[in-house]
Amino acid sequence: MPKVIIDPVTRIEGHLKIEVDIDNGEVVEARSSGTLFRGFEIILKGRDPRDAQHITQRICGVCPTSHAMASARCLDDAFGAEVPPNGRIVRNLIHGANYIMSHVLHFYHLAALDYVIGPETAPFIPRYKGDYRLPKAVNDLAVEHYIKALAIRRRAQEMLAIFGGKMPHITVIIPGGVTEKVTQEKVDQFRSVLNELAAFVDNVYVPDVFAVAEAYKDYLDIGRGCKNMLAFGIFPLDDKKDETGQNMFIKRGSYTAGKFKRVDPQNITEDVKYSWFNDETSGLNPADGRTEPQPGKLGAYSWIKAPRYEGLPHEGGPLARMWVNKVPEIASLGEKAFSVMGRHAARAVECKLITHAMFEWLDQLKPGEPTYKPFSIPQEGRGMALWEAPRGCLAHFIDIKDYKINNYQVTSATIWNACPRDDRQQRGPIEEALIGTPVADIDNPIEVTRVVRSFDP
Amino acid sequence: MVRRISRREFIRVCTGAAAGVSLLTSLEPMILDTLALAAERKPPVIWLQGAGCTGCSVSLLNSVSVSIEKVLLDVISLRYHPTVMAGAGHQALDALEEAAAAHEGEFFLVVEGGVPTAGGGVYCTIGEKHGKEVTFYDALKQYGNKAAAIIAAGSCASFGGIPGAAPNPTGTVGVWEVIKKTPVINIGCCPMHPEDFLGTLVHVLKYGEIPDLDEYNRPKMFFPETIHIGCPRCTYFSQGIFAQNPGDEGCLAFVGCKGMVARAQCHVRQWNNQTNWCIAAGAPCQACSEPGFPDDCSPLYGRYRLSE
Repeated sequence: MPKVIIDPVTRIEGHLKIEVDIDNGEVVEARSSGTLFRGFEIILKGRDPRDAQHITQRICGVCPTSHAMASARCLDDAFGAEVPPNGRIVRNLIHGANYIMSHVLHFYHLAALDYVIGPETAPFIPRYKGDYRLPKAVNDLAVEHYIKALAIRRRAQEMLAIFGGKMPHITVIIPGGVTEKVTQEKVDQFRSVLNELAAFVDNVYVPDVFAVAEAYKDYLDIGRGCKNMLAFGIFPLDDKKDETGQNMFIKRGSYTAGKFKRVDPQNITEDVKYSWFNDETSGLNPADGRTEPQPGKLGAYSWIKAPRYEGLPHEGGPLARMWVNKVPEIASLGEKAFSVMGRHAARAVECKLITHAMFEWLDQLKPGEPTYKPFSIPQEGRGMALWEAPRGCLAHFIDIKDYKINNYQVTSATIWNACPRDDRQQRGPIEEALIGTPVADIDNPIEVTRVVRSFDP
Repeated sequence: MVRRISRREFIRVCTGAAAGVSLLTSLEPMILDTLALAAERKPPVIWLQGAGCTGCSVSLLNSVSVSIEKVLLDVISLRYHPTVMAGAGHQALDALEEAAAAHEGEFFLVVEGGVPTAGGGVYCTIGEKHGKEVTFYDALKQYGNKAAAIIAAGSCASFGGIPGAAPNPTGTVGVWEVIKKTPVINIGCCPMHPEDFLGTLVHVLKYGEIPDLDEYNRPKMFFPETIHIGCPRCTYFSQGIFAQNPGDEGCLAFVGCKGMVARAQCHVRQWNNQTNWCIAAGAPCQACSEPGFPDDCSPLYGRYRLSE
C-alpha cells in the first residue's frame, strides 16, 4: 500500500509532518506529528505568575495575542483582578485586530497557493502539480490580491499596535486590564484603519473565498473530520462574571456526537499514549496536567498531546465557532459545512462578523477613563481561562504557590486539531479529516495539503 | 540614475535615524541601488526555522518602506522558507539541498528560532530525508557551514531566547554557539525589528561585508546605545517621578523597565510603521534585545538584577 509522507508541511505555523496510507486512490490511514518541543510549561515553573502572559505569547508568533489574553484572563481569575470596561474593550479590539490579520494571512499567504498558481519564481516554485482550476483572469486577480493582502495584514498589525504597543508579542496586556490609555486620537486612528480593513474583507476577501469555493465545490465533500465541534468563546460583551461563556460575542459551546451542549472544562483530558511524554501523565485534566517529555518513547509519533472533550476528539477553529453559534451562512450548509471549503467559508464569515462588531466596540470606549485596575498577587491560588485563538479553542491553567507558578498548563489551539491518536486509538481531527481524501498523484499529494491547511494549523 | 552612497553614509543614516523618520525611508535610495544590482543576480537566501514561533517572519512581513513583496520578488531569491514557500515535503527539502549545493559559499542563511541541542537535537526535526528525520541541529551544521554568512533573526536564533530559558529543557542555544566557521550576525529583539533585519541584509548585499558588530555580534548601527538614553520618560527619571503601576505616568523603572540595559532603537524608530512601542504604551521595556532575555530580565515586572 503506497505511503505518502509530507515532511515538512509548509505554509503553517510550526513544525508538522503528515503521513498517509493510500489504497485505490484514497487515503485510508493518516498520522499527524508535531515535530517541535520547547517545554513552555517546564520553563514557566517557579517564575513570577505575571511573566506567564509574556512567555506564553512566544508559543505562536501568528497569534500571540490569543495567549496574552488567555494568560491574562487566567491570572485575572487567580488574582481576583477586576478589569474596567475600557480595559475589556481594548483587549477585544487588540484581539479582534489579530483575528483579521490571521484570517487574511491564512487564506492568501498560507492556503491560497493550493488553489492559485503563483509567479514562476522562488518561493512560488517548486510547487505540487495538480488541478489548479481557476480561469487565468481569476488566477491573475488572486495573485494580485495575494500581494494586496500582504499590505492589509500589515495594516491590521499597525492598527493592533495603536493599543498594543508592538506586534508580534504585545507588552500592554496585564492582569486587571491594559497599560495603554484610551484617547480620542487613538480611537479615531483605529477607526480609520478599520475602515480600510473592512472594505478589503467585504469586497475582496469574502468574495475571493466564495469564488475559490465555487471552483472547488467537491471540497465541500472532502475533509469531513470528526464532526465534534468545540468553541470556548471570545470577546466578552459586558463586565459581569461569566462562568458559562454566554455573554461573549462568539459564545462557548460544544457540538458533541450530534448534540449542542454547554461546556464543562472538567471534561477536558489530555492523552499521551502516542505522544513523546511519560505514559503516567496520560488522561489528566489539564488543570492538574503534567509535562514530562520522553523522546523516543516506543509507539509514539508526536510532540503534541491528544486533548479530548468528553473522551472524544473535537475540532476547534472558525468552523467550530460558527457551527456552535449557529451562524446562518454556515449552519445552512448542513453536512457540507464539515469540509475543507466549509472551514474556509467559516473563517471568512467570522472575519466579517468580527470586523463589523469592532466598530461598535470602538464606540463604547470612553477616552480618559481607566483601562486598568491594580491588583495584588495571592500567595496561593488557581486560575483558568477558556479562550479562542484564530485557529481553535485555547485554555490556560495556573496553580500558584508562594507567589510563584507551581504549575502552568496550556492546551493550545492547534493541539486540538493536529493531535495524534488518543489512548483509545481515536484519530485526531486532522487525521480523521484526511480519511477518504482522493489522491490523484502520490508524488504530488496536493489534496492532502488542502485538507490539512483548511485547519490553519 | 540611482544615487551612489558610501558605506560611511549608510551607517550614519542607520545609527542617526531621526525620530519620526522610518529608517527604511532614509535608506530608500540605497535600497533602490541594491535593487539595481540585485536585478542582475538575485542572491539566494535560505531561511531555516528551529525552536521558534514564526514571529520574526511575521515581523518581517510588517516591513513598510521597502514593501515586502519587493524584497521577496526583486531583492532576493528566497529558495527555502517553510512559512512562505509553495512547495512541501520532499519537494521543499530538495529545493533546499539544490540551492545550497549550487551556491555553496555564496548563499545567505537566515535562521529563525533557537537550536535545541539536547539528546542530539531530537526536540526539533525539520523534515524527513531517505526515511530519516533531519534534526534542526544537524541541518544547521550542514547548511550553516556552507553559507556565505548567517543572519540569526531574533532573540531565539541569536541567544536561545525563550525556548532557551531556565531550566532549558531542550538545551536550546543561539546559532553562534553551534556554527564557528561562518560569520553570524545576531539581530536581537523578540521578535526582531524588520528594519534591523532589512538594514543588515542591504548592508551585506551592497558592500559585500559584515557590518561592525558589538560584543554580542549585533550590528552596532542598530544596537548603538540603551533605550534609557533616549527615553521620552527620561525626564521623569531625573525628576524622581516613578510609576506605581505599569500604565501610570512616570518612569517605569520600579515596575520592571529594563530600558537601562536594553540596547536597541525602539525609542527612535518604534514598531509597526512607527505606530507605537512598549514604553510609550505604558509597558516596561523587557530588554528583549539582550542576550539575557528572558532570565536576567525576570521577573519582568521586577527590577533588573543589576539594580538589586
